[in-house]
Amino acid sequence: MVTYQVRDVSPDMSFLEMLDLLNEDLTVKGEEPVAFDHDCREGICGMCGVVINGTAHGRGDSPVPTTTCQLHMRSFEDGATIDVEPWRAGPFPVIKDLAVDRSAFDRIIQAGGFISANTGAAPDAHAAPVGKLKADRAFDAATCIGCGACVAACPNSSAMLFTAAKITHLAMLPQGQPERFLRVKSMLAQHDEEGFGGCTNIGECAEVCPKQIPFDTISQLNRDLISSLFKKDGK
Amino acid sequence: MAVTGLILIAFLLVHMFGNLKMFIGPEAFNHYAEWLKGESEDGGILYPLVPKGWFIWIFRVVLLAAVVLHMYSAATLWKRALAANPSTYAAKRKLAQTYSARTMRWGGIILAGLLIFHLAQFTVHAALVAGPYGGSPYAMVIGEFGIWWMVIVYAIWMLAVCMHIRHGFWSAFATLGANTSATARAVLNGCAWAVALLLYIGFMIMPVAVLFGWIH
Ligand code: HEM
Ligand code: SF4
Ligand code: FES
Repeated sequence: MVTYQVRDVSPDMSFLEMLDLLNEDLTVKGEEPVAFDHDCREGICGMCGVVINGTAHGRGDSPVPTTTCQLHMRSFEDGATIDVEPWRAGPFPVIKDLAVDRSAFDRIIQAGGFISANTGAAPDAHAAPVGKLKADRAFDAATCIGCGACVAACPNSSAMLFTAAKITHLAMLPQGQPERFLRVKSMLAQHDEEGFGGCTNIGECAEVCPKQIPFDTISQLNRDLISSLFKKDGK
Repeated sequence: MAVTGLILIAFLLVHMFGNLKMFIGPEAFNHYAEWLKGESEDGGILYPLVPKGWFIWIFRVVLLAAVVLHMYSAATLWKRALAANPSTYAAKRKLAQTYSARTMRWGGIILAGLLIFHLAQFTVHAALVAGPYGGSPYAMVIGEFGIWWMVIVYAIWMLAVCMHIRHGFWSAFATLGANTSATARAVLNGCAWAVALLLYIGFMIMPVAVLFGWIH
């Protein structure tokens, strides 16, 4: 761990702007800047996660879930020493400093987190009705941005919340049905293959998730997995 | 993990119920012990469905299988977690995990160690601290729990067991797919507390009663 001092931090700066300030300073001094990942800076791309003072994305005591880029410096005390660490999990190798490689998530999605039917043009709005509760649940689960905070916070380094979000999203919708039970098996097999740990229902994941993916999506995944044992693949 | 754990919890509930027969008296408790082993006059439990004395062995094989599979699954999960966690955070805050959830692994090892002592004591009769008891399980239990530190050892052991169940019970149902909403979660956690407390009180009330001479 290296300690840097950052001056002139405004309370309105985001956490990443504070890191920008640090890096400008380091560049001027001819030192190596601190590598960190980011893209949208508006909480929708999932690139920016780091562990801040022991909490993934750094929400700390605040009840409001957040991404690192949406965390503001007013959440910290003036002059405070802030501990910043990368996601620490075997399947997320550190590329440099705070940047980690999350492509294990891409491979989990590639294993079944999609539908293969060619849906063509947008169908007639009432052609395939989806109940309001199911639609809401699918939408809630679909908001996962793949940031990896769930893995970073999990004592087992399990990616179950991430995987369960995609399983739940597609399991609630008509398009997801044909491959539903094949999907859960292949995605879980890839999850294990990547070296993520097994879920023991501790619940740290849902606490740090910036999108508040519900903890109960994991039970949805387990239900589909149990059902898949009694069904032919893909049925 | 979930299925074997629930089998063990079901066993504990029956076991606790059986132990409470100590309050009815020596005849009831000794008869119960003989009945389980197929040594009672009526041929014992499930006779004539299974031959005399078979039930206890079928029961023991099922329990042993449950314990072994439970420990095997736990070891697998532990190994995977260790492999997935090559480095640890310098600072880590806990937001949701309970003490019980955090201590499932070491707690499980501790309570399994004490289970070996417990079986050596009351099943094999090789570790009876109070000495010979003349063939009456009732007298054996009275003798062992007349020792104050034995009651304390059991109180600590049962604390480890019931904490394990406090997380284990809810977690088993979550794994089986019953954690369907925040309300379901609250209900499952409430049930887990209820089962853990029931087991603690139900198991410990008898040794305490023996120690204080309420049953003798
Ligand atoms: C205060 C708590 C407990 C007391 C007083 C108690 C007492 C006893 C007694 C007296 C027996 C022998 C019965 C006989 O000789 O017929 C026994 C057997 C046994 N106990 Fe416990 N017990 C307690 C808690 C537990 C717990 C927590 C577990 C499991 C983790 C457990 C597992 C067993 C097993 C596996 C047997 C052997 C059953 C067999 O014969 O196959 N006991 N217990
Ligand atoms: S489930 Fe939440 S914490 Fe995990 S990757 Fe998706 S958005 Fe991030
Ligand atoms: S930079 Fe896109 S979510 Fe933070």
